[in-house]
Amino acid sequence: MPQTLFEKIWSRHVIVEREDGTCLLSIDRHLCHEGSFHAFDKLERENRVIRRPDLTIGIADHYVSTKAPELGNEEHELRIPIEKLTANTKKAGIQLYGIGTPEQGIVHVTGPEQGLTLPGIILVCGDSHTATHGALGCLAFGIGASEVAHVLATQTLWQEKPKTMRINIDGELAAGVVAKDIILHLISVIGANGATGYMIEYAGSTVENLSVEGRMTMCNMSIEAGGRAGMIAPDEKTFNYLKDRKHSPKNENWDLAVTDWKTLFSDANAVFDKEVNIKASDIAPSLTWGNSPEEALPVTGKIPDPKNESDVSRREALEFTLQYMGLNPGTSLKDIEVDRVFIGSCTNSRIEDLRAAAAIARGRTTQVPAIVVPGSAMIKKQAEDEGLAKIFVDAGFDWRATGCSMCVGMNGDLTPPGERCASTSNRNFKGRQGPGSRTHLMSPAMAAAAAIMGRITDIRELEPVDL
Amino acid sequence: MEAFKKLDSTAASLQVANIDTDQIIPARFLKTPRSTNHGEFLFHDIRRNSSGELDPNFILNTPENKQTQILVADTNFGCGSSRESAVYALFDAGIRCVIAPSFGDIFYNNSIKNGLLPIELDRNEIEDIWQILKTANNTRIEVDLKNQTIHLPNGKNINFQIDPFRKQTLIEGLDDIDLTLKYRQLIEDHETSNAVERPWIATIS
Ligand code: SF4
Repeated sequence: MPQTLFEKIWSRHVIVEREDGTCLLSIDRHLCHEGSFHAFDKLERENRVIRRPDLTIGIADHYVSTKAPELGNEEHELRIPIEKLTANTKKAGIQLYGIGTPEQGIVHVTGPEQGLTLPGIILVCGDSHTATHGALGCLAFGIGASEVAHVLATQTLWQEKPKTMRINIDGELAAGVVAKDIILHLISVIGANGATGYMIEYAGSTVENLSVEGRMTMCNMSIEAGGRAGMIAPDEKTFNYLKDRKHSPKNENWDLAVTDWKTLFSDANAVFDKEVNIKASDIAPSLTWGNSPEEALPVTGKIPDPKNESDVSRREALEFTLQYMGLNPGTSLKDIEVDRVFIGSCTNSRIEDLRAAAAIARGRTTQVPAIVVPGSAMIKKQAEDEGLAKIFVDAGFDWRATGCSMCVGMNGDLTPPGERCASTSNRNFKGRQGPGSRTHLMSPAMAAAAAIMGRITDIRELEPVDL
Repeated sequence: MEAFKKLDSTAASLQVANIDTDQIIPARFLKTPRSTNHGEFLFHDIRRNSSGELDPNFILNTPENKQTQILVADTNFGCGSSRESAVYALFDAGIRCVIAPSFGDIFYNNSIKNGLLPIELDRNEIEDIWQILKTANNTRIEVDLKNQTIHLPNGKNINFQIDPFRKQTLIEGLDDIDLTLKYRQLIEDHETSNAVERPWIATIS
């Protein structure tokens, strides 16, 4: 019987299948960050042993200061979760990429970068953006603290088999359109719960032509469409990306692995519960204007008018959103001024993202405060070696150390109340970047352009600067 | 985990779609240990006005909803971040059941693990309930998990679906780690054969 990529991976991991179809799955890799303390506390209360500490890696990211990373955080209160992660992993014998280590970074950037994420595996983490790792052809999904405790105690999870959805994106992208625009467009088409209960596979020529980094940006935001996981069949690009990474298979294991990985694709006649087709040519540089990731439009668009909404509760919700966002119906997106810019997060902080932003920043000057937070210490170093950091600094951007930073503001990097932030992160929820913050999600180049112009800018209209 | 008991409580309507877990509990409270009461963090920033006082119009701030155990919410409730603290906040504030047309999946699982019952109904059924709660002279709802039924104040009953295993977990207040460890031998056998077939996965090199 023809199988989907997902089914091939799932079936390898089933230990027990219950009558109702729920399966006990073996978990190959588990990543944990500061937030995992709830799970460690629970195990401690219940006096349980960690079964396979060798399959978990700890990474500090959410609370780490981007200004004084060597301290963890300047603020004592924010240092505590980092210290808990250090103590918990040490006690359990779990390897830690803590503050100051060359491997440290955002958990979803570090995993692939260090070769912890591999095709065909099941990888979990107590974080909803774990879907990112699926870009390398594995099944990766986010779990809650109780499930983290379950993984630590058993190295398994009970899971209901999700339905499968294939999203086919075909054709060539127009100039200025990148992976972030594809995913924002897609969510605006299928909705913030369009993939709830589904495992997404992204396929089609557009996806094949994306770099591994671009694929990670797409898979990362699967959760914003309600999907718990997103995946892409591994190919030569994937193998090249993984070759010689720290934890990638070596020598004869590498050859064995690649032979196996080449079997990981959806068979020609494999059946999905749902298929969605998107034309690459329909996608423009896009951004969000509201408080749900589905509220995205091409940069040439206008703020919708509640008057055109016939459903009363939807109209009220829209009015409330516009009030929260401080926006008027009919305003052109390009007329919206921004107060600050954040370039970073597990969606868009990889080297390719920084190159795209630097290409816009080169030789120009920012109009508003803007920070650039690389996704890992390795990327930071690479960007410094390539001269990107200097371009940013010369243009007035604040060049920071790695961490989650203003994506969620847990480390103290906040957007103040009422301020409008052009952000390359993944969530425009009310208060996500700080109480009262107003977030517009967009690509790195668009965010850099917003910093330079002080307002939302169509990247296609910004003339390149000759230096 | 606390076993789920039959509910007979007032119900509050929260008619806003896509209530994400950042709204249920803002990120700055996530460093709080479970032993602290999370109830006061629930909807922290949306139930207060700009000066920080409780907004009397927010549904859970009204006198009749102070003790409510049931929330009747809209589509995609609990979407977004996997933070289990969102469930801790609801639970500690006394909420034992959320009824909605759909849930964020991680939130749904987190709820079951903490003794909070998520009930999925069609949106038109939810709209009926909102309507009944608005017009009936009391807003008491009974939720009977054993019989998978909701009794509404106008005498109407609605049946709901839940998978049998999750139902049992809730009713008995089971922790599945013990259950899973009964399969220890099978788990180990699986790991052993996996290490032969795919040696590069067996451990982190
Ligand atoms: S960068 Fe943002 S979305 Fe990604 S793991 Fe950190 S907080 Fe979560």
